[in-house]
Amino acid sequence: MSGMRKGGIAIYNWLERRLGLGQPARAAAVHEVPSSTSSWWYVFGSAATVILGLQVVTGILLALVYTPSASHAWSSLQFLDNNIQLGWFLRALHGWGSDFMIAIVVIHMAQVFLFGAYKFPRELTWIVGVFLLLLTLGMAFTGQVLRFDQDSYWGLGIGASILSRVPIIGGSLVDLMLGGPIIAGPTLTRFFALHVFIVPGILLVLVGLHLWMVLRLGINEWPMPGRIVSRATYAQEYSTLTKETGIPFVPDAAWKDAIFAAAIMLAVIACALFFGPFGPTGQPDPTIIQTAPKPDFAFLWIFAVLAYLPPNLETPVLFIAPIVIIGTMLLLPLVAGEGEKHWSRRPVAVLMIAIIAVTLGVLTRLGMYTPWSPIMDAWTSDPIPTAYLHDRTPLEREGAIVFQNKQCRDCHSIGGEGGLRGPALDSIATRMTEDQIIRQVLQGGGNMPAYGNSLSPSETTALVRFLTTLRGNDLAPAIDASRHMALSGKLPSTMPNGR
Amino acid sequence: MTPSEPTPQSDSASQGRQAIPQEPASARSARQSRRAFLFKLSLLANGAVGAVLAVPIIGYLLGPALKKSSRYDSWIALGPIGDFPENETRLVNFRNPITTSWDGQTGDIPCWVRRVSGNTFQVFAINCAHLGCPVRWFAQSKLFLCPCHGGAYYADGSRASGPPERGLFEYDHKIIANTLMIRVGEMPTLAQHACAEPPLRRLDGSTNLVSIEKPKPGGVSCQG
Repeated sequence: MSGMRKGGIAIYNWLERRLGLGQPARAAAVHEVPSSTSSWWYVFGSAATVILGLQVVTGILLALVYTPSASHAWSSLQFLDNNIQLGWFLRALHGWGSDFMIAIVVIHMAQVFLFGAYKFPRELTWIVGVFLLLLTLGMAFTGQVLRFDQDSYWGLGIGASILSRVPIIGGSLVDLMLGGPIIAGPTLTRFFALHVFIVPGILLVLVGLHLWMVLRLGINEWPMPGRIVSRATYAQEYSTLTKETGIPFVPDAAWKDAIFAAAIMLAVIACALFFGPFGPTGQPDPTIIQTAPKPDFAFLWIFAVLAYLPPNLETPVLFIAPIVIIGTMLLLPLVAGEGEKHWSRRPVAVLMIAIIAVTLGVLTRLGMYTPWSPIMDAWTSDPIPTAYLHDRTPLEREGAIVFQNKQCRDCHSIGGEGGLRGPALDSIATRMTEDQIIRQVLQGGGNMPAYGNSLSPSETTALVRFLTTLRGNDLAPAIDASRHMALSGKLPSTMPNGR
Repeated sequence: MTPSEPTPQSDSASQGRQAIPQEPASARSARQSRRAFLFKLSLLANGAVGAVLAVPIIGYLLGPALKKSSRYDSWIALGPIGDFPENETRLVNFRNPITTSWDGQTGDIPCWVRRVSGNTFQVFAINCAHLGCPVRWFAQSKLFLCPCHGGAYYADGSRASGPPERGLFEYDHKIIANTLMIRVGEMPTLAQHACAEPPLRRLDGSTNLVSIEKPKPGGVSCQG
């Protein structure tokens, strides 16, 4: 036993004499950190690094089988899922790892922001971190493209359409992105190169820099209200703090990182096991148009923003907003490099985090059920509630058939079934008079197309008669006050109850 | 190198280095300046080599963007006009004229063919003018609807509602010997067709009011 041990030490010494890496690595591991940083709040960065390792390993393993060819990528994913031993599990790990990585990176960013960690002297660490966030999102987008299915195909179409809006050079940018005139083989190979070589290469180099700066400058101490960061005194204060309360990073602080990383890995494994891999959805065949493309989870909020921007603002916002957002993040430490670190003394920072979190949350939720999208088959599949057909005249029932046939339900719900693009029509007659309904149907307006060209006069009459019967829980119908006045010849002041 | 753990080799090496007789300072600096010059020269040489190498690399990278988009386009046959009943809009697939042999299904592109009457046709791209998603034709309500963000277009392709800022993209078409031909090749985007669609809503769609009212270039006329 002791002989084996001696042999091991001898081998280590032989290597160490030539490599000389063990000593600095040990020094880095046991370097002193302020004891306040041994906290469960300081575990997200290391967890993100561990997941990055998982992504590298699972990515390489998937590359053993995946075929980056437009004609075969989709079937090679099917092959991975169904024919390769545990191929589905590797795909699931890589997919869930990606979602977890984005989540952890975002949480890490919010935490260091709230703890003022971007202030002097760690400005560059933050700036590199911003690029790491962008690269992580870049990995997510290019990874979604490699899952070459319907969503991926039309996602590329969305990307190309956004790029095409760039003034002057838009067309050239689209050609560069697609690698040819259409979304096809050359498009997939260039996204393969981006996802497998270019983006991860830059990502790993920047992670190295990021970690190097954390070691060199020391981990951000736990902020205290009133402890002001100033360029003149900070280095001295930090070294005093470390001297007074210092503990070796390994093992005194690192065990929390290790436990959290293990928990996160277990969570990724559990999700992969229970929920399985993402897609692939339908084949990347553009002639199959019965599809409702949607981006992956991390980009749903952008999908929602694109639905709500007014047409004439869309192009400017698409290009100005990212510059402003990314520019603000990059400039933040240079503008606010000194001062208070503690969140209780930075109400604007806390408010910003809250607003951003709520905004992203709401937009993502909207992106999950896309209320702006017509439900393309609602008119064939959802029945009109029988209550809405009771005690109706033949003309009104005819109107219900027109309502169904003219595909109104793709955008309007009735009885809780149908699209959400337009308002629900269960009580439309309490909000609009017959004349207003006729005008709205024939001429459109707001977000509604005009149907004057696709409805015959008799169809219009029947449809509007049906709609005027929809008064919710037997509420009073909308009336035209001026008509009443015209008929009765009385002034409004003499009318009781406005009727 | 680990300063805290000196090894016998490194000790002897440093002793050996010290054993070399020191040159006079003036001679060393003279040689240094010559070496420094040669080093700068080598940097210059490598910079030149790098620049020479960069030209083909950048040319290779920018290749797809430098190609004129008109060179992608060519006329292809969609089929005899008898295949398209009047007053109907049908989905037709074609093989893109430019493909690679590994494009697979992605080389098959659909389009909407509307035969207004006689020899009057309209051929619409499948891609929504908003963000390129596939629009679907609803014959009863006479609308094209987009599943992504709810863009809607009338039968003649003009914008009806939703986020698109213009009508559907149209392919050039002509009829030769009773065959409908269209000019295709590149995925239609706002970059090539910033604003071809007229601002007028043509409700009947058969008459071309636009030929009288020239469509104005620029963003303003794109608004529906």
